[in-house]
Amino acid sequence: MADETKAPEQSAAPERPRSEGPRSDRPGGDRPRFGGGGRGPGGPRESGGRKFFRRKKVCKFCVEKIEDINYKDYRLLGQFVAESGKIVPRRLTGVCAPHQHRLSSAIKQARNIALLPFAGRAS
Amino acid sequence: MNRTYELMFIVRPDMTDEDLDKLISTLQSAVPSAGGNLVKIEKMGKRRLAYTVRRFHDGIYVLLVVEGGGPVIHELERRLRVTEPVIKFLTVRIDEEQKRLDKIKKIRDARKKVSAQPAAAGGEGAATPAAEAPATA
Repeated sequence: MADETKAPEQSAAPERPRSEGPRSDRPGGDRPRFGGGGRGPGGPRESGGRKFFRRKKVCKFCVEKIEDINYKDYRLLGQFVAESGKIVPRRLTGVCAPHQHRLSSAIKQARNIALLPFAGRAS
Repeated sequence: MNRTYELMFIVRPDMTDEDLDKLISTLQSAVPSAGGNLVKIEKMGKRRLAYTVRRFHDGIYVLLVVEGGGPVIHELERRLRVTEPVIKFLTVRIDEEQKRLDKIKKIRDARKKVSAQPAAAGGEGAATPAAEAPATA
């Protein structure tokens, strides 16, 4: 899946400077890139023609030096839970592996004591 | 065997304060007899539950911090299980996590001190040339 979307992007990148002149072929050329860009977070990928920089994701816990990921702190944990109640994967949030590990266990503990929902929004 | 545990439990929302205090005091008395030591009692108040538990939407959260081994927790959990107004409880061991946090804190404090000392020395160094500068001019 990931390879399919990556392929057109990589091939499109060298073409970008050349297609600067004729603007008419741009929308067509942009299409696969746009779809590919929208689906995943990825790193700081620079897309040529459109001046669009993806910010590099950083681990919130490393940056703010939050070491204590506790199940009682449901407000903090809530930031890493999707609307459906799922734990957001770290490829989307940018949390580093050791912190995601603690985070997920804390969320599971919080669910157990009804601070966070198993499914759906907290009523 | 000295471990620290955190017991969080939820009692039904329609419980009165006196009943809650009575319940907590019975648990409190059960701890030393099982060979433990109660460190902290915290009533966290009424809160809306994230999902319904035994048809309740709200609950009163109480947190106990207990020192002791497994038998203490076993006894407390047994009591919570048979106590009717308690609708949910969770026990978490916290001493190892606390140890880890203390270690990190120690490292950070040590680093802070190290970074503070050169800064102070640099400040003094900068002050003396500044004092000399007017003399030369």
